[in-house]
Amino acid sequence: MRAGPRSKPARTSPSRGRQTKESMKHATQTPAAPTADDGREPAPAGAAGGALRRIVRRPGQRAPGKSAPGKSAAGQWTAWAFLAPVVIYLLAFYAYPLYRNVDLSLRNYTVRSFVQGDAPFTGLANYAKAVGDATFGPALWHTVVFTLVSLAFQFTIGLALAVFFTRHFRLSATLRALFLVPWLLPLIVSSSTWSWMLNSDSGVVNAVLHAFGIGPVNWLTSPDWSLWSVTIANIWIGIPFNLVVLYSGLQAIPSHIHEAAALDGASGWQRFWRVTFPLLRPVSAITLLLGLVYTLKVFDIIWIMTKGGPSDASTTLATWSYRLGFGNLLPSFGPGAAVGNLLIVIALVSGLVYIRVQRRQALA
Amino acid sequence: MESLDRGRRATGLGLAALALAGGLTACSGSSGGGDGDTASAGASQAAAGGGTYTIWDPYPQFDDSSDWVKLLTQCGTQAGVTVKRTGYDTTDLTNKALLAAQQGNSPDVLIVDNPVVSTLAEAGVLTSTDETKIDTSAVSPNLLAAGQIGGKTYGIPIGANTLALYYNKEVLKKAGVEADGIKDWASLTAALEKVKAAGKKGITFSAIGTEEGSFQFLPWFWGSGANLTKLDSPQGVAALSLWADWVKKGYAPNSVINNTQTTSWQEFATGDFAFGENGTWQLANAKKAGFDYGIIPIPAKDGGTAPAPTGGEFVTIPAQKDAARYATTQKLVTCLASTDNSLNTTTTLSYIAPTEAVQAKQVEQNPELKVWVEAVKAAKGRTSDNLGTKYPKISEPMWKAMQAALSGSQPPQEALTAAQGTAASATQ
Repeated sequence: MRAGPRSKPARTSPSRGRQTKESMKHATQTPAAPTADDGREPAPAGAAGGALRRIVRRPGQRAPGKSAPGKSAAGQWTAWAFLAPVVIYLLAFYAYPLYRNVDLSLRNYTVRSFVQGDAPFTGLANYAKAVGDATFGPALWHTVVFTLVSLAFQFTIGLALAVFFTRHFRLSATLRALFLVPWLLPLIVSSSTWSWMLNSDSGVVNAVLHAFGIGPVNWLTSPDWSLWSVTIANIWIGIPFNLVVLYSGLQAIPSHIHEAAALDGASGWQRFWRVTFPLLRPVSAITLLLGLVYTLKVFDIIWIMTKGGPSDASTTLATWSYRLGFGNLLPSFGPGAAVGNLLIVIALVSGLVYIRVQRRQALA
Repeated sequence: MESLDRGRRATGLGLAALALAGGLTACSGSSGGGDGDTASAGASQAAAGGGTYTIWDPYPQFDDSSDWVKLLTQCGTQAGVTVKRTGYDTTDLTNKALLAAQQGNSPDVLIVDNPVVSTLAEAGVLTSTDETKIDTSAVSPNLLAAGQIGGKTYGIPIGANTLALYYNKEVLKKAGVEADGIKDWASLTAALEKVKAAGKKGITFSAIGTEEGSFQFLPWFWGSGANLTKLDSPQGVAALSLWADWVKKGYAPNSVINNTQTTSWQEFATGDFAFGENGTWQLANAKKAGFDYGIIPIPAKDGGTAPAPTGGEFVTIPAQKDAARYATTQKLVTCLASTDNSLNTTTTLSYIAPTEAVQAKQVEQNPELKVWVEAVKAAKGRTSDNLGTKYPKISEPMWKAMQAALSGSQPPQEALTAAQGTAASATQ
């Protein structure tokens, strides 16, 4: 990227000189033609060099003489002043906690060394301990299942509803607003409601199943069902987000394309798969990517509904990390931080892989 | 359009800057709080003299108008200082206390849940009662044991609570069961069978996968004669089998696996259940339940009262840089633990007093507490037997085994053998 800023001033300053000469003729033609420029590119020092130095110069250094550099230095200061809050913010609230978390995961913390601050550096021992733990395999698997199943259903149902709402009918706006309710509810409320509904003995879900002659399902208390129960709750909570983003994506597709496809004799199904779906791809990509990152770290729903139980049947990496750090009378901060960091790495890697796949598809 | 956007962005940055500046001032305000507040409060309280002493407790339900906070203020006045009290959520308090100790701004008095005392003591956060000259001689030894490790005592209990069985008189009557006849596990299981045959529900408890689940399981575990150092002993397996069989036969609902003690109480309060395992703190709610209830101690396997784990907090004195503060702190703690105040405090908190003298007064005032006083006398601290910080490492595998057995994914023997393996390697 170095070439960019260097060639630009070299190009503009000679053009400025020429502009004064030829201003009468080419009043509107500000940038010089590339052919004229190429010859002057290696032009020595002089105006070009000065311009180059002026632009590359750091704000602290003062340019000799001219008034223009002084002005631009002040501009730079202003720019830095505007940039400073966000830089400080990022350092204080992202970089430092992340650094602390990495540091925490690389030391052998006991409660004593946490207070005294003299925990010995143990390298990757906490990571080895976490990966070697009997909980790791199941927790990773549950995280994968929970995330993929949630994403698949949230996206499909969200898209179906978004397409449904593109037809305008009476009260469609009201109905659409109602669909946002799960998103607006605090997670503690929706998760508690789900755990009441799924209660084995007195829950409404089992009451309905009973009416159809299906025996009681121990949604939250059976190791076979608890992961599905929290996944179902998470799907329900995630639909509005998908609906909103995909709906606005659909609005951006010009209606005349649909009309053209319809005139060409495409059926409704064909119009969806051949027109809507491909045109929606960029929006779908970002929806799924955001959904992936959100779902990987879901903690509250699982913790409120099952606490990761029974006997770890619904434990994901997020709930496990919390339990290691805070869910016990004796906190083990090191392994807890290690699991948390593994989760960050997984989110980062799957995000990157996803973006790469998307880009390749877009190019193809 | 672009300039508008830029303007917006600049506003955003400005807001972020403001928020940051606000945050920083807030931080510096609170971190400097120790000294600054002492100085200013000291100035305004010149008449009282001694400055400000901070107290942290896990009773956020009490505000400044409550008897509890009034008592704290009064003890402060007697000691010639101003008391600054903060109530935290109990699960939050351990981490808050550890962080405060790390930053060197621990409160002068810290009131914490009894199994946490040994953790904080091991972290070097607390002073022992020898150092601060707190007199613990009147306290029942079984209650004090939860705060003792390595021959030293790290606090004084403010009150105790424990578990017993609440029963619904009407349900038992319909099923033809006499509550007095329940003396051991066999008679209890027989009673549950009769209740189920009469079309009612047997018993509810909390077997959730947290410390709460272990707390509720311990009376049965200890009542069988098992010891926490060997989870998979035949006695331990017998205790877990008892619970697993109740769930399997439908004497206890499947929901116990996810029940907290509160949800378990709500089940009992529906009036459908014959028994509910719960604590002293539900007495006030029991009166509101709208049916006749009674309380019996949890029976041991072969008769007698099972040792239930002690609940309730310890008053502790965190280590301070300025050792001169301990003299005043000692006055505060002694005031809180004094006989007269103890009676008030335990009544306010719905606890049983830690000393025999006050226990006798409590029963005198309210004969209903007799069964609880007896249960507390038989009770045992979770961190007792010098387990200290080993207890949490045993408790977690134990609740996991409990969940595995109750949900049917592993038989009790297998579940406890696995748990013992985990606990043994964690406590080595």
